[in-house]
Amino acid sequence: MLETVVFYALALLILGFGILVVTSRNTVHSVLFLVANFLCIAILYLSLGAEFLAVIQVLVYAGGIVVLYLFVVMLVSLRGLPDGPRNSRRRTRLGLAMAAAVLAEVSAIVVSASARPAGVPAPELAAPSLGNTEMVGWLLYTDYLVPFEVASMLLLVAMVGAIVLARKAE
Amino acid sequence: MTPITPYHYLVLSAALFTIGVIGVMLRRNIIVIFMSIELMLNAVNINLAAFSLQWHHVVGQVFGIFVIAVAAAEAAVGLGILLAFYRNKETLDIDEMTILKW
Repeated sequence: MLETVVFYALALLILGFGILVVTSRNTVHSVLFLVANFLCIAILYLSLGAEFLAVIQVLVYAGGIVVLYLFVVMLVSLRGLPDGPRNSRRRTRLGLAMAAAVLAEVSAIVVSASARPAGVPAPELAAPSLGNTEMVGWLLYTDYLVPFEVASMLLLVAMVGAIVLARKAE
Repeated sequence: MTPITPYHYLVLSAALFTIGVIGVMLRRNIIVIFMSIELMLNAVNINLAAFSLQWHHVVGQVFGIFVIAVAAAEAAVGLGILLAFYRNKETLDIDEMTILKW
């Protein structure tokens, strides 16, 4: 019962803030709504029992990426940014039609998946003896060690690339 | 009220993904387009976490962490490109981003 109420409240908040991110005219407001959206998703992760993912969400998304966005918003001049009104009606209609097509496609998959009887029942496991963070860390450093190292390499390359791109040309 | 199943999370994630698609399709401010992409990545992560709970296995959360790492890399490089573009063109309008076209 409580789980249901929490889910619907969080879903409402997440979708509401998402719509506000996309529709708000002021880019700084968009970024702030994005923070609220990320925090609501972090709470959703908590309710899903993914504590480590929730902490990473708050640290990396709400803490790191959003600060990056705010810096860029402050660095560029947003005056005279054309948005909305100059969008031609044909383009708006085309965009909405494509978004509707994506929604139809995804919901068709969901409906067909829920209509089919579950082939493999979800395993009923005993409560894990390890905590969530320990299990995630254990998997990261054993089965997924190579992807983990590749991800760190990717972050290094991205950092170097961002510095090279943002540097003033000499 | 019915109990919350993974399909509820699937529907939520599909709706959030569609909001992101609408943002990418309709907005012309590059920063907002980037934020819409972040929304779509988060929609994927919700699915991963929901199925991680369904199957009692944390591998979904591990992949969620990889998604977050890739999103961080994407944001850093994308915003670097955006700043370089702004230095050249003095605008953030995606319609002006036609230098690669010939």
